[in-house]
Amino acid sequence: MDELLDDLSKFIAETILQNPSRKIEPTEALISSGLLDSFHLIDLANYVEDRFGVKIEDTELNRQTFDDLEQLCKIISDRMRRK
Amino acid sequence: MTTLPHILRQNASEEPQRTAVVFQQRNQPDQVITIQTLYFNALRYGQILKEQEIHPDEVVIIVLQHSADLIYAFFGTMFAGAIPSIMPFLTEKLSPEHYRKSLRSLFEVTQPAAVITYKEFEAEIHQAAQNSSVRKIFIVENLPSIVNCEISSLPGFERPSSSIVLLQHSSGTTGLQKGIALSHQAVMRQLTAYQKAIHLSAGDVIVSWLPLYHDMGLIAGFLMPILLKVPLVLMSPFDWVRSPVLLLRAIHNYHGTLAWLPNFAYNFCAQKIRSSDLDGIDLSSLRALINCSEPMMQSSHEMFLQRFQPYGLKVNALATCYAMAENVFAVSQDGIEKPVTLDWIDRKGLLVDKIAKPRPKGGDSICMVSAGKPIENTQVRILNEKGDVLPERVVGEIALQSDCMLSEYYKRPDLTQAAFRDGWYLTGDLGYIANGEIYITGRKKDLIIVGGKNIYPQDIERIVMEVQGVYPGRAVAFGVFNENMGTEEVVVVAETEEQEPHRRLEIANQICFQVNRSSDIVLRKAILVERGWLLKTSSGKIARSANREKYLREFQGTDRLEFSTDR
Repeated sequence: MDELLDDLSKFIAETILQNPSRKIEPTEALISSGLLDSFHLIDLANYVEDRFGVKIEDTELNRQTFDDLEQLCKIISDRMRRK
Repeated sequence: MTTLPHILRQNASEEPQRTAVVFQQRNQPDQVITIQTLYFNALRYGQILKEQEIHPDEVVIIVLQHSADLIYAFFGTMFAGAIPSIMPFLTEKLSPEHYRKSLRSLFEVTQPAAVITYKEFEAEIHQAAQNSSVRKIFIVENLPSIVNCEISSLPGFERPSSSIVLLQHSSGTTGLQKGIALSHQAVMRQLTAYQKAIHLSAGDVIVSWLPLYHDMGLIAGFLMPILLKVPLVLMSPFDWVRSPVLLLRAIHNYHGTLAWLPNFAYNFCAQKIRSSDLDGIDLSSLRALINCSEPMMQSSHEMFLQRFQPYGLKVNALATCYAMAENVFAVSQDGIEKPVTLDWIDRKGLLVDKIAKPRPKGGDSICMVSAGKPIENTQVRILNEKGDVLPERVVGEIALQSDCMLSEYYKRPDLTQAAFRDGWYLTGDLGYIANGEIYITGRKKDLIIVGGKNIYPQDIERIVMEVQGVYPGRAVAFGVFNENMGTEEVVVVAETEEQEPHRRLEIANQICFQVNRSSDIVLRKAILVERGWLLKTSSGKIARSANREKYLREFQGTDRLEFSTDR
């Protein structure tokens, strides 16, 4: 789980925010805070699919489904286990 | 001359069963709305508004998501003789307090009589509407689905064609103060001229994901198809941005022939759509994909073409348009059944001498993308600071005259007066004319255009200056073109006296956070600088363009003349 968290935090900071020194906390709001721009939600979904082989549907890219890394990681690890 | 309600009535009597709109929503079957269904439901709204004593010429603000109700409420308000204005819906990231503030500032200038919204939003609107002109809040869930309606008694059918039919705002505190008021006749004259420019016919199908509070979405992607009986496939911008392939699927499924996009969307689609999502997609029905509402880049066109040519996209489908809400929509159009004209000019000539000297492709030349010739009812001139008309290929401010200009900036005679010079509307855009075609080179005013959305830097600066740790009054916001994204990105530079690195990082994060929560943009970069870094003008104001150049020199290592520095 921690590895997953680190991996995603790094991806968001480096690729999306283009600010490698930024650390994303596991419970930091991503969508409701505007940290993740709606234009970049698809980048996150594409990355998760490529890296972990699980799909986050476009209809799941909202804060009702996940709003922080902890919630997102839970979805990913659940889906990885089910595969 | 006729009015929009008359046209809808005539359409409904001529071809009631023809498709007006196919409304697409994720995880739901497509909803087909016939001309008759649209007409009857709009009449229903019109009757309800009339019964609740909403009078002709009063403004009604519509706060609804992309939905059939939004369409009905918009036209229904016209049937009541009142003036609809669509306010963007609250997004996930926007703070409710900020949204309330925006609503209040909109209410203050436009003095609306009513708001149409959802039940879940009622409390929010109530709070914002306290001590305002708003007399009635209509909740769509509570409205009767059947009403007795005597069409002839609806005031919307009695309006002169010179009366105001709708208001359009751009975003932010500044944009909301500037409601562009358009008359029935202006809208119809624009559509008459524009349909010729794009060779619109009964066989066309328009596909759009664009928001309806913006001219491109409202006119090209909504009013034009509905009024001219061209089927419209409409989806929400919220859905599209999460799955850009939806646009291409809609083109494939409905044999879409026309779509309008801001420049960034070409990059966005080309870069982010997965090949696995494109299986079997055929784009050969598309006859024009029109780039409009922000600087048009040839590199974006090439990227798009390369990616989607294998799916049947025609080379000649790429088109361009120069448009502004003050002219209802289009000013000029290029690329209809022909390639868009490209003009290779000398970089230094443009930036230093302000002249577009032709120069062969390569090295120090830049590729300008034509916005085409003016549409038939619009004249364009290039003016210098004194207001003299400049010859071809000399860069100056673009001015225009037409029979479809705005009636006024709503209740702002000061702004209306300042916008015109000797009967010519000053666009604030810089450009030149070559062989009768318009080329846009930059902007006179400090406006930032992000993904086709107009952002006023002063609105962003106001937010930044409220962040603790930012030296009072010492912050600036400007746009920097991002080649990869195909649009401008907002950069904030703020002065601070804080030295401690952790604290500085916190301030920078806080700036981003506050801007994200209180504006329509997402800020990725907040640069903190020492006291005295920012340059001021002789009158003591923060000089945006000078600071922008200083930023590019010091933080991006660009000291050569960048074309984008002029944008």
